Amino acid sequence: MWSRGPAALILAVLAVAPACLRAQDAPPYGLGRSATPAELAGWDIDVRADGQGLPPGSGSVRDGLKVYAERCAVCHGDKGEGNPMDRLVGGTGTLASANPVRTVGSFWPYPTTLFDYIRRAMPFNAPESLAADQIYAVCAYLLYLNQIVAAEAVLDAETLPKVQMPNRNGFTSPDPRPDVPRPGSR
Amino acid sequence: MPAKPVSSPGRIGRRAFLGRGAILAGSAAALGTVFRRTASAQSDANIPPNVPPWMTQQGAPILSPAYGVPSPFEHDVVRRPRARTRTLTAASSCTPLQDLHGIITPNGLHFERHHAGVPAIDPDAHRLLVHGLVERPLTFTINDLMRFPAVSRLHFLECSGNSFWTGTTAKSTVQETHGLLSCCEWTGVLLSTVLAEAGMQPNATWVLAEGADAAGLSRSVPIEKALDDALLVYAQNGERLRPEQGYPLRLLLPGYEGNMNVKWLRRLKLGDQPFQTREETSKYTDLMPDGTSRQFTFVMEAKSVITFPSGGFQLQDHGFYEISGLAWSGRGRITRVEVSTDGGANWKQARLQEPILTKCLTRFRLPWRWEGGPARLQSRAIDETGYVQPDRPDLVAVRGVNSYYHCNAIQEWQVAADGAITNVV
Repeated sequence: MWSRGPAALILAVLAVAPACLRAQDAPPYGLGRSATPAELAGWDIDVRADGQGLPPGSGSVRDGLKVYAERCAVCHGDKGEGNPMDRLVGGTGTLASANPVRTVGSFWPYPTTLFDYIRRAMPFNAPESLAADQIYAVCAYLLYLNQIVAAEAVLDAETLPKVQMPNRNGFTSPDPRPDVPRPGSR
Repeated sequence: MPAKPVSSPGRIGRRAFLGRGAILAGSAAALGTVFRRTASAQSDANIPPNVPPWMTQQGAPILSPAYGVPSPFEHDVVRRPRARTRTLTAASSCTPLQDLHGIITPNGLHFERHHAGVPAIDPDAHRLLVHGLVERPLTFTINDLMRFPAVSRLHFLECSGNSFWTGTTAKSTVQETHGLLSCCEWTGVLLSTVLAEAGMQPNATWVLAEGADAAGLSRSVPIEKALDDALLVYAQNGERLRPEQGYPLRLLLPGYEGNMNVKWLRRLKLGDQPFQTREETSKYTDLMPDGTSRQFTFVMEAKSVITFPSGGFQLQDHGFYEISGLAWSGRGRITRVEVSTDGGANWKQARLQEPILTKCLTRFRLPWRWEGGPARLQSRAIDETGYVQPDRPDLVAVRGVNSYYHCNAIQEWQVAADGAITNVV
């Protein structure tokens, strides 16, 4: 039997490996069921940095001022200055200082993240209650307050991903750790 | 002879010391108010040579209650808020590490970090969608997922915001400084098994994990981790997940920062780039002194802390004490823990208690005699990669104090000449 071992093993590997690797093969366990396009459409809410996932619609800075005043200002201040919740405006040039101020304007690398996050999580007391036009408008207003877009800006799925954020190149990866010299090696 | 009542208060652990007035909470507000300096007349009536009443009558019947709870004498062993926050739904609470033994965190004491509160989810009304770069977009019920081959594994979970770079005080307890740390046995199905079921496309490099809470919390997970030891978990410590831990389904990424272990998991989307969510851009990135921020710093590096004695305890009697604490590493097993009682001038090797598992808490112990006088207690962990837990000045020299996350510096407790123990700021 031992003499057959290696051959049997190779045959076993040949038989099993393609089944694991080839995606078009039948599912191994046959559990779950196909997700329908309608099911996916209702839950597929993420927006990527390249704009994939942005819905139809548009919003202006002017419209955003109104939505922001009604839905956002109570937590983030009339002009995004924060209090009681996160500050959203200002802080540019502070990241390397002793007291960095991390806001949409000074810190966030992608404008699309703003849309994604507002759509899924804001306003805090009524998440997923804003229409796409309202979200585009609030994005436009916040970017305007941060002096990133002009007062007449109108944002949509085409224009939002093209907005250049000041800290776009402020992030590094991959992870450089371990990064601290071992004790006694200094 | 009737069996002894199960509710007999065991005179063990902390109260054994307390019964002799040996150890008190230095900060009653922080560690609870159950402590008693001296034995009361009533409890004296129940110690030798007297026979306590619980030996002369039947104890409580079975099923009182049907789901057991700790002794009422343990009422101060509870989670506590980590800090004063502006809401109680985007907030965190800490595990009382100073009161726990061994390596397992009881389910009711697992730390909490929620971004929009704890949703109340009917498991029959919950679904997991798997889509994106897959051959077969699938939807799973919890029962579907529980039919897959299962695994149970012990792993720690630590919030990457655990331990403070600045801002602790002399009164800080280990619950405050290190309590966003817990360890459970997790049961579920390997994520790789479920991804194979959907048929992963070869260009898939990242997986978006999304929760069903009111934050729709979402993180991108590298495909290497997803295919390595990632779990879709439905049970902790033998029972179904607690709501605070993601009932009915959560992601578990052993050794990775807590935030990525998405609770109330409802969706996995495979893509060919990270999704750049809020939680991996404006949060959970590490700001360096030069103003740049490290992104995708997932692993929790090796760390340890002495849990007994620790901040808030008061030593009274001289003599023997066992120093005890926890060590862990997101890169693998702990291989060695060293303890200093003189502020890092001299180190002794602590005994590591079995089991010593990968990406799991390891309990360490070291015999010690306190004969009065000051001491400075520290511990440092070394993991199987050879990584040594850094001293705070060495860590700060590289990263400054504004990176907020991933502080794994050596913790020091100061023992005063009178036995009072405080946090070294």
